[in-house]
Amino acid sequence: MNKHWVSDKPFNPYVSEEITAEQEKFFLASQWTLIWWKFKKHKVAMFSMFFLVAIYFVAAFAEFFAPYALESRNTQKIYSPPQQVHFFADGSLTRPYVTGWDYKLNLQQLLREYKEDPSKRYPVQFFCQGDEYKLWGMINASTHLMCVDSPGTLYILGTDRLGHDMLSRIIYGARISLTIGLIGILLSFTLGLTLGGLAGFYGGWIDHAVQRTTEVIRSFPELPLWMALSALLPLTWSPLWIFFGITLILAMMDWTGLARAVRAKILSLREEDYTSAALLMGATPARVIRKHMMPSFFSHLIASASLSIPAMILGETALSFLGLGLRPPITSWGVLLNEAQNINNVAVYPWLMLPVVPVIIVILAFNFMGDGLRDAADPYHH
Amino acid sequence: MPSYIIKRILTMIPTLIVISILVFIIIQLPPGDYLESHIAELESQGETVDPQQIAFLREEYGLDKPMWEQYIVWISGFVQGDLGFSFEYNLPVSEVVGDRMWLTILVSFFTILVTWLIAFPIGMYSATHPYSWGDYGLTFLGFLGLAIPNFLLALVLLYLANQYFGTSIGGLMDSEFIDQPWSWDKFVSVLEHLWIPVLVIGTSGTAGMIRRLRANLLDELRKPYVVTARAKGMGEFRLLTKYPLRLSLNFFIADIGSLLPSVISGAEVVAVVLSLPTTGPILLAALQSQDMYLAGSFLMFLAILTVVGVLVSDIALAMLDPRIRLHGGIEK
Repeated sequence: MNKHWVSDKPFNPYVSEEITAEQEKFFLASQWTLIWWKFKKHKVAMFSMFFLVAIYFVAAFAEFFAPYALESRNTQKIYSPPQQVHFFADGSLTRPYVTGWDYKLNLQQLLREYKEDPSKRYPVQFFCQGDEYKLWGMINASTHLMCVDSPGTLYILGTDRLGHDMLSRIIYGARISLTIGLIGILLSFTLGLTLGGLAGFYGGWIDHAVQRTTEVIRSFPELPLWMALSALLPLTWSPLWIFFGITLILAMMDWTGLARAVRAKILSLREEDYTSAALLMGATPARVIRKHMMPSFFSHLIASASLSIPAMILGETALSFLGLGLRPPITSWGVLLNEAQNINNVAVYPWLMLPVVPVIIVILAFNFMGDGLRDAADPYHH
Repeated sequence: MPSYIIKRILTMIPTLIVISILVFIIIQLPPGDYLESHIAELESQGETVDPQQIAFLREEYGLDKPMWEQYIVWISGFVQGDLGFSFEYNLPVSEVVGDRMWLTILVSFFTILVTWLIAFPIGMYSATHPYSWGDYGLTFLGFLGLAIPNFLLALVLLYLANQYFGTSIGGLMDSEFIDQPWSWDKFVSVLEHLWIPVLVIGTSGTAGMIRRLRANLLDELRKPYVVTARAKGMGEFRLLTKYPLRLSLNFFIADIGSLLPSVISGAEVVAVVLSLPTTGPILLAALQSQDMYLAGSFLMFLAILTVVGVLVSDIALAMLDPRIRLHGGIEK
């Protein structure tokens, strides 16, 4: 008869209820910490977020990152194709340089011809002195990230009809195109939250009015309405006012989705016991919404907001492309693309279409980040 | 069923009235009326304006009457088919609109069809093979379609066709058919040109549809009845087509409501780039020259097109799904 084996360690009847340090950390973490942990797992979304932060940083310091100032024109180098940056000289790696860039007008075919002149070399310098500018209109400076010495030119993405450097224009354009998305979403967020909150909380005729309004706006095809409204902006307005006008128009069409989501949430949360308790204790509706209701759906709102920023950027690009949105001297990606509208132009000077690239990358990044945020928004759901 | 349809049509009317008021306000917003700027423009060119014609037009469209009366005149004319007068073309609006409305409808219809044809197999594949390489790749393609503004895609296609084939792919028919009466050859020519705008406009809607179909189908595939069926030994294909797919078909029709406005929006800009004989280019021109009656009619038409499209999708959905017929609505 064999004996049962019995462990001689002390017996702990609560072993199944004990939690490890790791579990304890998880259980004690706040909602936002959990969201952050879940978001971190989404590699593409994380990468997109860092990319967007970087690109906003570049846009904020556009004056420094752009090789040339916004107004700087080189009338000798109109429609210059992209210049190649060389890394090899005589078969060995050297510091990057550009060669001389000779311009000749071909009168037979009426073409501008550019040719490299390998005998001249201009090394690309970093943190060097170039065009003077006022950072944010306040600080005088002339330091640029990259430039070359004076007779040489650094047109990495070519130049346009007036001899502006395309790369500089794209970097300056980022500032406008990216802020339009942010300001627009701020406006539409405020509108959607307020109107959706009112409709959901009070119900009755307010709810009806808001519901019908959103229905009407949603049944309009967006772009034609945008076109109509922005065609109404007076031509005499200053560029800054046009900028705000366009942002407002974009936001006016966008808030309906958010308002519907907020209304539906608040409508259901209003029935919860804790809401009644808060109201009975004398909390104002604004406080109840802010303190007791919003935390449960705010993360979702941020996620859906981040998904509608790209729609706004695209909207601005489309409007400016058609000539109804922003107008020069304001430089946005849409304004730059407006010059690529003519297919004959594009066939001869294909680099005019390059502003498409940042548009596509930024929209993709916003979409991936928004996707990650949406997955992370509900950290208790598996 | 008839009572549902009648109820649905009745709820459409107030929406359309509000839309028409909005459109009218947009028409009226620019300072002064079109006639004033038109006269000023003609006089600056040294031409004389026939005061009789001006007076007639002013009388006809009640431009001197109060706002609400002008609205009544405009909307009652609109309902009766008198769309107002295009000052830019010096023609009644209905003649300027002509075929363009039908071509817009044609392009939108085919775009939705193509969106379905692309999204359906891809969505099915993604849902049955979630988190596989195929799923990620196709999702990325969808996102790319979403991220490329479709007017730019049109521009790039134009450029490529121009560069490598030496042809222009703009327009919606061969040039010899323009302004010709409809014939079989013209119809074939339209079909030959149609695929480019349809594909270009379709790219942006397809991504969203794939994602929603995938999410819906994934939810459905996790349900107990699917597990039961699988446990009983049902084949995977039959398992998919028997119920989950039929449920997602419902959703395809319900989605017209959200797809249609974006398709029409996309069609407008793409039409400008590809110079299609649809409403896009004329709407743009009308807005730029503030030819407001023409612009207003187009806006109104596009809104009606959307509202009616949503109505048709709702009715089709009610026919398919008894739950909606009985409860009079679907929670999306």
